[in-house]
Amino acid sequence: MKSPYFTPLVTLVLLLAMLGIGGAVYPGLLSVQVILNLLIDNAFLLVLAIGMSFVILSGGIDLSVGSVLALATMISAWLLQVAHWPPLAVIALVLLLGALFGGGMGAMIHYFKLQAFIVTLAGMFLARGLCYLISINSITIDDPLYLAMSQTQLGLLGGFVSPSALIALAMLALAIFLAHFTAFGRGVYAIGGNEQSALMMGLPVARTKVLVYAFSGFCAALAGVLFSFYMLSGYGLHAQGTELDAIAAVVIGGTLLSGGYGYVAGALSGVLVLGTIQTLIAFDGTLSSWWTRIVIGALLFIFCVVQRLMAMGAARRAAA
Amino acid sequence: MMASPAQGAAKDNATPALASLLRHPLLRPLAALALLLLIDLVAIPGFFHVSIKDGHLYGSLIDIVNRAAPLMLAALGMTLVIATRGIDISVGAVVALSGTVAAMLIGGGPQADTPLVWAMAGAIGAALVCGLWNGVLVSSLGLQPIVATLILMVAGRGLAQLLTDGQIVTVYYAPFFFLGGGYVAGLPFSLTVVALVFAVIALMMRKTALGLFIQAVGINPVAARLAGLKTASLIMFVYVFCAACAGLAGLMISSNIKSADANNAGLLLELDAILAVTLGGTSLAGGKFSLVGSVIGALIIQTLTYTIYSLGVPPEVNMVVKSVVVFLVCLSQSAEFKQLFSRARSA
Repeated sequence: MKSPYFTPLVTLVLLLAMLGIGGAVYPGLLSVQVILNLLIDNAFLLVLAIGMSFVILSGGIDLSVGSVLALATMISAWLLQVAHWPPLAVIALVLLLGALFGGGMGAMIHYFKLQAFIVTLAGMFLARGLCYLISINSITIDDPLYLAMSQTQLGLLGGFVSPSALIALAMLALAIFLAHFTAFGRGVYAIGGNEQSALMMGLPVARTKVLVYAFSGFCAALAGVLFSFYMLSGYGLHAQGTELDAIAAVVIGGTLLSGGYGYVAGALSGVLVLGTIQTLIAFDGTLSSWWTRIVIGALLFIFCVVQRLMAMGAARRAAA
Repeated sequence: MMASPAQGAAKDNATPALASLLRHPLLRPLAALALLLLIDLVAIPGFFHVSIKDGHLYGSLIDIVNRAAPLMLAALGMTLVIATRGIDISVGAVVALSGTVAAMLIGGGPQADTPLVWAMAGAIGAALVCGLWNGVLVSSLGLQPIVATLILMVAGRGLAQLLTDGQIVTVYYAPFFFLGGGYVAGLPFSLTVVALVFAVIALMMRKTALGLFIQAVGINPVAARLAGLKTASLIMFVYVFCAACAGLAGLMISSNIKSADANNAGLLLELDAILAVTLGGTSLAGGKFSLVGSVIGALIIQTLTYTIYSLGVPPEVNMVVKSVVVFLVCLSQSAEFKQLFSRARSA
């Protein structure tokens, strides 16, 4: 690990290469709007990946984010369409619930020394199950604010983006600030590096760990809000398996799964790589959607192996 | 305040047999299963009624056991993986892959394109390759098990979909249906398969040192390696075994539904398998494991599902109930939670 910039740099090169080769093979791919569409279509995934970055940096994992996203769309849709709540109150409540859900899991993980993956796995079941308790059918949203958020096009660089994409980018800016310029962020990195040492240094380990999962839950709920802007519906089957995409995006973005190493900004490049794969497959037209899974699996493999080999090399150099 | 340690010990001495029975690790899963069956006895008329139709046994109990068979297999494999502090979340993908390979090899005609034995061998072979892949990533490259198996979980189902072009492959070759739907001596054949696998692995664990070695790796991998155990080979073995069990489960499922569905076969089976293992008293921290417990765990899950359906509760509640059960089981295994509980009681 010569420089911490190495893996994100590899990702960036990969992204540019994919876009370059794609642009050469499929004319029309390299238009500004196609690139902006990557942001529009993956705004919710970016927000999920931001929350997941913090969890993974702290050495944990959160498998519940896809289900919490679905639950957020479901609660929003029900409150708007059946209970007729004002939309802003709905959004505020959903974000609060997401943070509480995540925080609750974080508290179980920290205070009862349970494994993160099993607790969040149960959280995943719980959130999906709660979706179906609200309704097993899709609920269409026709609230004016949601319609406006879905249809507004904001001009940017000769193309346009949706408000959701801007919200996601704002979230990314906030996350970068949190990770690199606050005590909380330093705490997250310290815990991911070595929890025992962080505790001995007197860092607020308990508070930080609970907050990390609360933040991830908040991000999942926000992603749910963005997803309901995008789909204009709430449905228990929304975003199945998205937690894996979020984890893949974080790994491809250069964050080490063992924690403590990586950049939150890597989430953006990871999400863009995933989005580009999907766009390329859509542009090709002859490839089927399952190629996306296979390519994501292959990329995950390559990145994990490279990270592992680098870590092994570093350990050997440290020993020598 | 009342129950001082001395008194507690005295009580234990008074009835040592009862005390050891109460501390038996299988007591809790068995009690849970018994409780579920009791609810069924009261709430579902004719639940325990078993009749003979067309020369084989027929009834709710038989149905539950038959449907639980693939889950039992997956849980048996998962038990050993979890015993080494690992986890295998690619089980569902391997199920889809093996079922697909078998169905593709047999083909859609009334006659098999490939002899049945070869088709099944091909399916299990594909599963073994998956297991080797996971094993190499975990033991040789040292990837975290959840990440290593995540790769196959994402890509494996994609490969199965690629093989079938996303379509459901229907099989019309009758002998293939025996594995998942046939009967031997009045009992479902799937049960015989589970019993065989269980007997083989239980013998290996009891009569050879393998069980001890696996436990040693789970309790402390570094110490196990320093003591001269071939930890890498042991870890490789448990992932290959887990994948083989998943492959067999995949054959059973596709034989039972007479087709291979790459999109949905075995979806979320890994979660149920992990749940079954946890319910059976195997510690997720590795080391302590119980094969019988996992089988009971699988039965609990299937009985729970059956009960929820029979009681007319919306099946969606199933997921909420399962998640609450996982939370409770995890908490009951947590030393910190027990401390909190005993402190609250003594206060």
